[in-house]
Amino acid sequence: MALNRAQVENIAHLARLELEPAEIPAFQDKLSRIVDFIGELDRADTAGVAPMAHPLPGLAQRLRPDAVTEADAHELYQQNAPQVAAGLYLVPKVIE
Amino acid sequence: MTKSSGTILDTAQQRPPRGESRDETGTGWETVIGLEIHAQLATRSKIFSGASTAYGAAPNTQACLVDLGYPGVLPVLNAEAVRMAVRFGLAIGARIARQSVFARKNYFYPDLPKGYQISQYELPIVAQGSIDIVLEDGSIKRIGVTRAHLEEDAGKSLHEGLPGLTGIDLNRAGTPLIEIVSEPQLRSARDAVAYMKKVHTLVRYLEICDGNMQEGSFRCDANVSVRRAGSDKLGTRTEIKNVNSFRYVEKAIQYEAARQIELLESGGKVVQETRLYDPDKGETRSMRSKEEANDYRYFPDPDLLPVELDEQYIESVRAGLPELPDAKAARFVSQYGLPAYDAGVLTASRELADYYEAVARAVPGEPKLAANWVMGDLAAALNKEGLDIDSGRMPAERLAGLLVRIADQTISGKIAKEVFEAMWSSGESADTLIDTKGLRQITDTSAIEQAIEAVMAKNPAQLAEYRAGKDKLFGFFVGQVMKATQGKANPAQLNELLKKKLPG
Amino acid sequence: MIHRHTLAQLAAELRARKVSSVELARAYLERIQASQPLLNAFISITGEQALAAASAADAALARGEGGPLTGVPIGHKDLFCTEGVRTTCGSRMLENFVSPYDATVVARLRAAGAVMLGKLNMDEFAMGSSNETSYFGPVRNPWNTDLVPGGSSGGSAAAVAARLLPGATATDTGGSIRQPAALCGITGIKPTYGRVSRYGMIAFASSLDQGGVVSASAEDAALMLREMAGFDPRDSTSVDTPVPDYVAGLNAPLEGLKIGLLKEFFDSGLDPDNERCIREALAVFTRLGAKVREVSLPNISLSVPAYYVVAPAECSSNLARFDGVRFGHRCKEPRDLTDLYKRSRSEGFGAEVKRRIMTGTYVLSAGYYDAYYLKAQRVRQLIAADFQRAFAEVDVLMGPATPSAAFAIGAKTADPITMYLNDIYTISANLAGVPAMSVPCGFTQGLPVGLQIIGPHFAEQRLLHAAHRYQLETDWHLRVPERFA
Ligand SMILES: [Mg+2]
Ligand SMILES: [Zn+2]
Repeated sequence: MALNRAQVENIAHLARLELEPAEIPAFQDKLSRIVDFIGELDRADTAGVAPMAHPLPGLAQRLRPDAVTEADAHELYQQNAPQVAAGLYLVPKVIE
Repeated sequence: MTKSSGTILDTAQQRPPRGESRDETGTGWETVIGLEIHAQLATRSKIFSGASTAYGAAPNTQACLVDLGYPGVLPVLNAEAVRMAVRFGLAIGARIARQSVFARKNYFYPDLPKGYQISQYELPIVAQGSIDIVLEDGSIKRIGVTRAHLEEDAGKSLHEGLPGLTGIDLNRAGTPLIEIVSEPQLRSARDAVAYMKKVHTLVRYLEICDGNMQEGSFRCDANVSVRRAGSDKLGTRTEIKNVNSFRYVEKAIQYEAARQIELLESGGKVVQETRLYDPDKGETRSMRSKEEANDYRYFPDPDLLPVELDEQYIESVRAGLPELPDAKAARFVSQYGLPAYDAGVLTASRELADYYEAVARAVPGEPKLAANWVMGDLAAALNKEGLDIDSGRMPAERLAGLLVRIADQTISGKIAKEVFEAMWSSGESADTLIDTKGLRQITDTSAIEQAIEAVMAKNPAQLAEYRAGKDKLFGFFVGQVMKATQGKANPAQLNELLKKKLPG
Repeated sequence: MIHRHTLAQLAAELRARKVSSVELARAYLERIQASQPLLNAFISITGEQALAAASAADAALARGEGGPLTGVPIGHKDLFCTEGVRTTCGSRMLENFVSPYDATVVARLRAAGAVMLGKLNMDEFAMGSSNETSYFGPVRNPWNTDLVPGGSSGGSAAAVAARLLPGATATDTGGSIRQPAALCGITGIKPTYGRVSRYGMIAFASSLDQGGVVSASAEDAALMLREMAGFDPRDSTSVDTPVPDYVAGLNAPLEGLKIGLLKEFFDSGLDPDNERCIREALAVFTRLGAKVREVSLPNISLSVPAYYVVAPAECSSNLARFDGVRFGHRCKEPRDLTDLYKRSRSEGFGAEVKRRIMTGTYVLSAGYYDAYYLKAQRVRQLIAADFQRAFAEVDVLMGPATPSAAFAIGAKTADPITMYLNDIYTISANLAGVPAMSVPCGFTQGLPVGLQIIGPHFAEQRLLHAAHRYQLETDWHLRVPERFA
């Protein structure tokens, strides 16, 4: 199944990726091939087969005791941040 | 538990309003409302990390690597959040899922560090419960709770004081929430508020949420649509996001329903969208930035396994449930003989109910007297100063000390109000004030007779008129004797004696 | 020639104080520096920290203290977070990212006394089978530097093959340990999903990722894995069962081992020379007393398409956190929030990562979720059931690790599917979560060939045992490219 340009652009937007107009055809081509390839799954008869989200069967979520174990280390953590002020991470103004 | 929002004794709003139509708009339209309530669970640490959930810390000082979505970190579920959700589910008679699953809700937003919110989608922990609310006409309506699921809260965006920029504080990110989703069975803004208040009462009874609405611990999204009365097809709905007061919920829904009706009547169409309530302008407006079609791409979170709960666990949680508001109200009716209305008001919070019971126990045989005082003078005094019932301003024993003196006729109800005021301002006990102010009621028959005789002697003209048949003057004599005794004459005795003496 | 010693030998020599950790670190760091222009196996070389850790190790050894790996030099694939050391994941996105914490694997190996010499090159975010997608340039195969080393743990595999390190950590989401181990002629093990903590391992596809080891021998792998494996309360998918002593019992006889020959892996696409090597290896196992029979996994042909739905779906979500706000690359002068997101991500990620994010976004989006994502998860169930049936009959499965030996740099970059099919024999083990190894088993035209051994859940010991016994009979694993001998 070939993906059209608008589909590729929509996916890129959902994924917050900016594609240069010139690179869209290449993405369109490769993604179309990938979509064709994964389309092979249609061959499988999966009637009555439960989807498998985890590779180990029968395991259940472990529960952590409700205890505060993490101390403040925001100065260390913010050393990787591109823009901070007064302990806040900064981004261009968000309009609601 | 921190200070709750609003006042506990919100009697003005709880009393069933009279002469008000259920059809709020009165135009042959019906409003259909479903609420999604987000209640922050009162855990110490976050739902998937060991960072503190305490409110009010300096920005990002309570955001650990997991809350920040740092590369490589992983979530581990907080046992207490699960227990609290199960408590809620059991309290509303819901089905507790033996297996529930966390999913990722994917979208980009700066207060959402991982680019997805961990929530429950297809298999929530709680499903199909119900909550009873009292309608304006006093009847009871059962509202279905479709589901209640666990999820993590987002951080906060701060827009003030940063020109051209938004600041992100992720302290709140990862705080556990339970999202409680009602069926679209609410039919008026008042229904919606009654339901929301009931949920608020419940989560506080269960001690799973502090209910603090100013701090955002309890907030609500309202889905509102309208349809012609009698139609069974749902109209297009809008979602009003994040309203955090009962009053605003009421106003926002009223405004939104009216807006939709006006729109439809003028031939327009309701657009399905997210709207924001502006309390200053009293109107809702479209959130344009979020208007684009959302495609959340939910899928099971591969970092978390299915949550499995067995019978034994669920029963152990059930065994720890407190007496719930409806059961408590029913008991107040049967044990104390209170009217259903009083029982409802007095069980609106656990603290209030406990207070009432402490007073009622200390004044044996007078549960209605206790109810009247708690709901009346005490409530008014607390409300005036914006205090909570458990503020310690008027301990139950002290109020009971006053009511005991009414019950044993040491003072009259009228004098009692005076004593209460003095108690409120001085902090003294009722007995001390009664003694120092000499307010003890006169129950000595001969003393009252003397006072009556003196009044009769002073007012011969009125006495003559009374004896000539002007019965209305009976009140005049009551007043005069009370005045002469500074209000201390026992009213019942005074009545008796006047009836005997006046006719001559 | 100390670098020709195995990790097990080095550990013993360190304990016997025949060699010092500082000496070892110096010798290997020198080899690493010299090899960089040729192989580009490292993204960061942490000489200073390494020498400090090595002298601390020597001091511990002098006091008669120390763990099983004290003083042994190792390297970490650059997706394991290392406190205070840059962790790039092979991406421009994290070019300057310094982790404030250690991955559990890193902390455990350090606690066992291992000395980290540097961070190893890899395909960007572990997405690739040739190490050509790294922002820091491709890694080259030590056997022929015109060829790829395989990926995504190409730096780890090339470094061990060239004896720049006696052992290294690696990760495997669809073959990223076994495929480069096979193409570089070394031993690599991907443990059972959940056996090694994923905490601090930058995620590609969370339900498939698993940390493991590349080393010269199975015995070395056992030594390292014994320290890395085990329950971690910080990883909800980590399994709380005791870790057996992988080293003990390696020498036990193989007599009676039931080997299943993976029928479908020999059907088509397998290079005849590779097939010859595999069949010769099976003959060795037969000589050792194992019984070989053919086993069929009927759904295995669907593993690649199923993988290319599940892995991109998870990666599209896992990589959403790289948004230019809290860490990682941020574009210059963003016009608004959307621009910040889009340009930061587009500049920070390479083409293959973008393709996978987009594929994953597509298969999860409204209208396609059932047809692709759910369908793939159902197929995954079928594949897991195939393995379960097979392991009811045999102890281990064997077959090739790759369809052919190493290929030329640039040969498979034009068509993503050609590249994806390179993992045709390795992907199914990740989908089913079972442990699997690649063991050197011969050469074709001077290039190494890998034998894959797959076991049921938590059968790492069985795999290591079989591989070790094979390595006692053969010397393929001890061969080193001439240039690095
Ligand atoms: Mg919602
Ligand atoms: Zn929610």
